Amino acid sequence: MTSMEGMKVSEADLVVYVHPSKSHKVSQAVLRELSSLLFKFSETFDGVVLAYEVDVQSKKAKILSGIYPYLGVKLQAKLLLFNPKPGMLLEGKVVKLSQQSIHVIVLGFSSAIITEEDIREEFKYKIKHGDEVFASTSNKHHKIKVGTILRFLVKSFDEEILHISGSLQPTDTGSIRWLYKHMEDSSNADRSIKKREESDGTQDAATISMNTDHRHKKSKRQRSGEHS
Amino acid sequence: MGVELPAGKAGLTEMEDVNFTDLEVVRFVRDALTSFTMGDRENYEQLIGVIHHTKNLAPDEVALLVTSLKALSGAVSCFDNVHHELLSAIFGMSMWHYSPDVMDALVELIIALAAASGKYIDSCLDMLVRNFMPPYNFLELLKQPRGLAKKDHVLDRVHSALEDISDLIPLAPLRLKRIVCDKMPHSSNKEPMIIIYAENMLRLERSVMGELVGDMMLAAVVDKLIDLDVEIEWEDILQDDSGKGIFEMELEDVEETLDDADQEGEQLPREYSSGRSFRGNASAEKLDSMLVLMFEHLKTCAKDGRLAKVFETLLESFQITVLSAYKSKFSQWKDDEGMSRNLVGSGVMNPEVGTSFLGAVSLPFPAPCRGASLPVLLKNEVTMSAVAYLASYLSRAKFLSVSFVVKMLQRLVGWCWNYCENQDGTINPEAHRVFYSGCQAIMYVLCFRMRSAMDVPRLKSQLFLMPIEAILKHPLNSLKVCLPSIVEEFLRQAKAARLFMVLETFVFNDQLESELSRAFGGMERLDMFFPFDPCLLKKSDRFIRPNFVFWSMVRTTYDDDDDDEEGSSEEDVFEDFTGGSGENVVDDAMAASYEDHDIDLDEFDYSMNKMSITPKNSLKYRFGGELRGGAMQMPSRIRPSMSPESL
Repeated sequence: MTSMEGMKVSEADLVVYVHPSKSHKVSQAVLRELSSLLFKFSETFDGVVLAYEVDVQSKKAKILSGIYPYLGVKLQAKLLLFNPKPGMLLEGKVVKLSQQSIHVIVLGFSSAIITEEDIREEFKYKIKHGDEVFASTSNKHHKIKVGTILRFLVKSFDEEILHISGSLQPTDTGSIRWLYKHMEDSSNADRSIKKREESDGTQDAATISMNTDHRHKKSKRQRSGEHS
Repeated sequence: MGVELPAGKAGLTEMEDVNFTDLEVVRFVRDALTSFTMGDRENYEQLIGVIHHTKNLAPDEVALLVTSLKALSGAVSCFDNVHHELLSAIFGMSMWHYSPDVMDALVELIIALAAASGKYIDSCLDMLVRNFMPPYNFLELLKQPRGLAKKDHVLDRVHSALEDISDLIPLAPLRLKRIVCDKMPHSSNKEPMIIIYAENMLRLERSVMGELVGDMMLAAVVDKLIDLDVEIEWEDILQDDSGKGIFEMELEDVEETLDDADQEGEQLPREYSSGRSFRGNASAEKLDSMLVLMFEHLKTCAKDGRLAKVFETLLESFQITVLSAYKSKFSQWKDDEGMSRNLVGSGVMNPEVGTSFLGAVSLPFPAPCRGASLPVLLKNEVTMSAVAYLASYLSRAKFLSVSFVVKMLQRLVGWCWNYCENQDGTINPEAHRVFYSGCQAIMYVLCFRMRSAMDVPRLKSQLFLMPIEAILKHPLNSLKVCLPSIVEEFLRQAKAARLFMVLETFVFNDQLESELSRAFGGMERLDMFFPFDPCLLKKSDRFIRPNFVFWSMVRTTYDDDDDDEEGSSEEDVFEDFTGGSGENVVDDAMAASYEDHDIDLDEFDYSMNKMSITPKNSLKYRFGGELRGGAMQMPSRIRPSMSPESL
């Protein structure tokens, strides 16, 4: 089975500076600091932080001298990052469709648009039983409509807004359901190797998008458990 | 493919005559956009002209505008930075100027633009948020049904557009909430503008996006309420005449006051006439209207079963902002009112919510000065503020059961007892401020609730088991530090109920505060501050009144038992004191015998008159104190209410 690109897990050694007023609940302060990274593009990590898991290295924290004696807490974090690069294949759910564009949401938070010019000739815009669809002229079962999980190629990624511009030009893009059925063995072989190298530990896109929140909460719970 | 339309001026103007399909028009507009990038300005400028044309549109012009907007939504992918002129024309459109079909087309375009590229999302949200408010020349129209219909048309579309955008761009609400807060009109803005904007914020809070933006919306509204509150000057409240004003602070007398003022020809500019006791103060009116809005919102939340959730948010903002803003006049009052009372107030206040409020308020109390790094002083003030809230709430909230009040009282007493057990010093108002405010809170609550607690044998025995006497008789001597009027009232009731006796005679004379209570902070400090004192704002009062315990409603332990009909005994009091012989005050009040449980009317006279002899020069000062000070109020509230609904 193929999986989505653009995801990776990074190990990071971090120092979180905790304000002295939070000194009686350090672990909470650390988690709050890490949570502030979520769903934002970070140049340091080269990606959008989707989830984290932390491990405080030692019970000791360095106290910084100064007017406020901040505590420097060292920790090791595992970060799940999302950084789509041009040329990668992403998967997302179609939320809106019109003659001029297809709107997709990736991982439940990042929006993507595929405009008319980037939809390959094969797909024709039609209204079927009142629903707007892009239907393939060469494979009549290959249809894209609202709700379809779509695989598309990244053209560009706006890091500030986390907005993706995509394309359906390559033949290995389109409705995942149809692709799974028809393209499994053929064109994907080379891609999957590349993918394995890049994204160690990635999961199936759908699972991740559903679990991001959950994972996040879980890691919080674990942390507070350790500290209490 | 695609039909080549004749380039040039003919294009747009011809559209009415020739039947183009939608797709063809879209292609035409796309061409106009792309050819502009290549240097051909004609069609592009024509488009801008159409968008800019806002005034007095003829039907065919409307049709042209709708067509252009629709076509533009189909061409959003051709937009680029070079088209900034057209874009700013679009973002500058106010939906309030147009008919519904233009609004629809415009909204569609905005949604398409927002989703087309990350670049425009902020401008789109910004444009929609700007449409929260009508243009200034629309304000008059808003008072008519036609204007209201328009308002619905616009706002329904704005909000559905915001929802559509957030469906397409899941992170849009995060940007939206920042924009909404930034764009919030300043307190000096016109009232209808502020109100309509706040209305929109609360609507967002209720919407599907509420989950993401709701807490920030609520917090921003609360902040605005505090802003407005802070702007009300005490001088603005019945600033004109005499000490009489102090009594008039009670709502039921407000009308009277106004008449008086009129007769004396001292009226302020009439444009604010509906402000009554706050004549001349626009901030008070804004605050009032905002509160009404908030109360209505809370009511709706309660209906939708979201009260607990909203309450959590409010509680947080209460803890962060309101508690620390202790100096602001009576904002505390409001906000909290908003929070518990009427949350509750709307009749839905389930005990659960109230309890968690109390829990939160009383929380800081037992653990003062924990944050070692924070200046202890600050921490103390917050704690004292919290205690004042607690006391005021326990006293004034009608829906709290006596057993609950006693339970909370037990905690307070417990804390005070622990505190003074570990102290062996003597009176020191400065060092033991928190303790004194705790004692004052206990006495204040008991002034209001002692009688009803005494009526229930179980609670009565609980009260007798509390070490109240030990606390008050501790060498820290809180009776000498707390506000004399509270102490006096408490001692009278305690004596009548045989809860507690003092051997020492307290002579406070005609003082608003004793020397020691002044040291403890005096009138300008928290000990004078009881947040839930009667509401002075006319419109929002109706939400609070049904759940409010006015002092005139309180039955004291020394009330005559046979005289159970509400108000009648108080009527007597009233009569008596208005006929008042204020001069022959019994100075050694506490020494007088109360064994017979009879009301000593002279005593009331004394307290009443004590209030009214306010020297003119210190009016403002006292006024502030008076309003917040349960002390002064308590006696003055003994006046029977003039309006039946307060009973």
